[in-house]
Amino acid sequence: MANKILVFIEQRNGKIKKASLEALKAASELSTKNSFSVEAVTVGNEIEGLAELGGYGAQKITHFKNASLENYSTSAYTESVSNFVKEIDAEIIFFANTTLGKDLAPHIAVKIDAGIAADVTALDFRNNEIIATRPVYAGKALIDVKITSAKKVFTLRPNLFNCGVSNGNAVEVNIVNVENPNLSVKVIEVKKSDGKLDVAEADIIVSGGRGMKGPEHFHLVEELADALGAATGASRAVVDAGWRSHSEQVGQTGKTVSPNLYIALGISGAIQHVAGMRSSKYIVAVNKDKDAPIFQIADYGIVGDIFEIVPAMISEIKK
Amino acid sequence: MPKKHTKYLEKLGGGMKIAVCVSHVPDTAAKISVGSDAKTIDKNSVTYVVNPYDEFAIEEALKTKEKVGGETLAISLGGDANKESLRKALAMGIDNAVLLKDESERDSLSTAKALAEEIKSQEAELVFFGKQSVDYDNSIVGQLVAEILGYNSVSVAVAFEISGTNIKAEREIEGGKEVVETSLPAVITAQKGLNEPRYPSLKGMMAAKKKEIAEKQPAAIQNFVEVVSMKKPASKQAGKILGSDASAVPELIRLLKEEAKVI
Repeated sequence: MANKILVFIEQRNGKIKKASLEALKAASELSTKNSFSVEAVTVGNEIEGLAELGGYGAQKITHFKNASLENYSTSAYTESVSNFVKEIDAEIIFFANTTLGKDLAPHIAVKIDAGIAADVTALDFRNNEIIATRPVYAGKALIDVKITSAKKVFTLRPNLFNCGVSNGNAVEVNIVNVENPNLSVKVIEVKKSDGKLDVAEADIIVSGGRGMKGPEHFHLVEELADALGAATGASRAVVDAGWRSHSEQVGQTGKTVSPNLYIALGISGAIQHVAGMRSSKYIVAVNKDKDAPIFQIADYGIVGDIFEIVPAMISEIKK
Repeated sequence: MPKKHTKYLEKLGGGMKIAVCVSHVPDTAAKISVGSDAKTIDKNSVTYVVNPYDEFAIEEALKTKEKVGGETLAISLGGDANKESLRKALAMGIDNAVLLKDESERDSLSTAKALAEEIKSQEAELVFFGKQSVDYDNSIVGQLVAEILGYNSVSVAVAFEISGTNIKAEREIEGGKEVVETSLPAVITAQKGLNEPRYPSLKGMMAAKKKEIAEKQPAAIQNFVEVVSMKKPASKQAGKILGSDASAVPELIRLLKEEAKVI
């Protein structure tokens, strides 16, 4: 019997997360190298677009359904997914390394006695083994790991695996109604932070540092971000100073991000900040200090006054 | 399946045991280079500190004890050097400390199994972790321990309240927070923002020096994850400096549109 890769598909408000499509596509690419079959599993209530997961490589889709599973529950999701992994005898399980995936994957790993490699940024198949690359020390080093247990769990960092476009295939969705889910850990409310884009999910991030000279000047960071459809980020220095909230902090004690474009405004480029954003595809730095270390990793830099350059950037983009 | 809480309710009268797991990691400002084995880092000339997220875990354990009583215990897995982080926990006010002495390289699951064994033998009903150890950055050990012990768990907590055996916590998610309800026994992993860790007092530091740190030998457990190699990430080349004032902006925007194609 061919081995199976099972991909956990994450939904929020009934919508499938892009990071899960990326994980599915990565599984589908891996499957071509060793004739794995690829299945998808999801947990939730009403979920849009499940049949279309076929277009990203899912050969079967199973949906564990119950109205109380619309929001995440560590206990209930663990129960449904781990039982399903055992039932279909999947060898490899992929998750997106989101806050939900990071929470759920280790619970599943224990249930099925699997080794787990988290926050994987690249996958390779060599000598009949999966080799996963993952950053350690906030990306100051990379390790290649292999999992030696029979069952293997991987969580894949969002934004690094290309989900591409659907090939148009659709597959039937097998709905399993969950009776009496184990809600010993239960989300009773989801508080949204006023519709703002999160740095962990954004394609473009505009970040401000101490060079912004005070919280009253961050409207410039926000206006540039608005003009680009970007999320706003911040350095540790300005979060510690209380100018910005920790949810915006990029770096080793904040979030590690890999957007297509990272714009650093008044950020010197301390080692712990760079660790959190160096895997960005393009980096722009604006800083008045020409010796700021951020320029050593920036693709494009302007050495000058933020208060002159940022307004000019906003109006140039809006042209 | 409903969990049985009677045991924990009984204990609450006499105060429960609150554990906090502490790891000893390179300072976030440290430069990291690859060691001669090409699998681990060169530990020479690296300053080690208590894992930054564990300070929030220690603080929450102390605050919880102040509220509901009980006893706090710090546990660390590693070599003698880890005692430094345990002493910091003691200096902040943790009652007791245990070093699970083992210098072998362990993967997350093997680390979790050793910690879970100790938590079980100590009968700790509430366990705090930092949400992530800033060395291997897996962000999973707390959740692994919870599942091994059959405890409830809330990861990436930015708010925590306990009332009797009931827990209400908030966890940070992309673009917001989840309000979570659960109950003891539980594992909570702490995110920055949960609290403001206190500084150790001079008295606390003096007392911590004198306290005995219990040493135990954890069972050897086979790793499931093997490091094949470690390398430095490809170094990024410094790019173009486009100018020193607003006149460079049109060229910057053109490059982002036409060369990088990211806007």
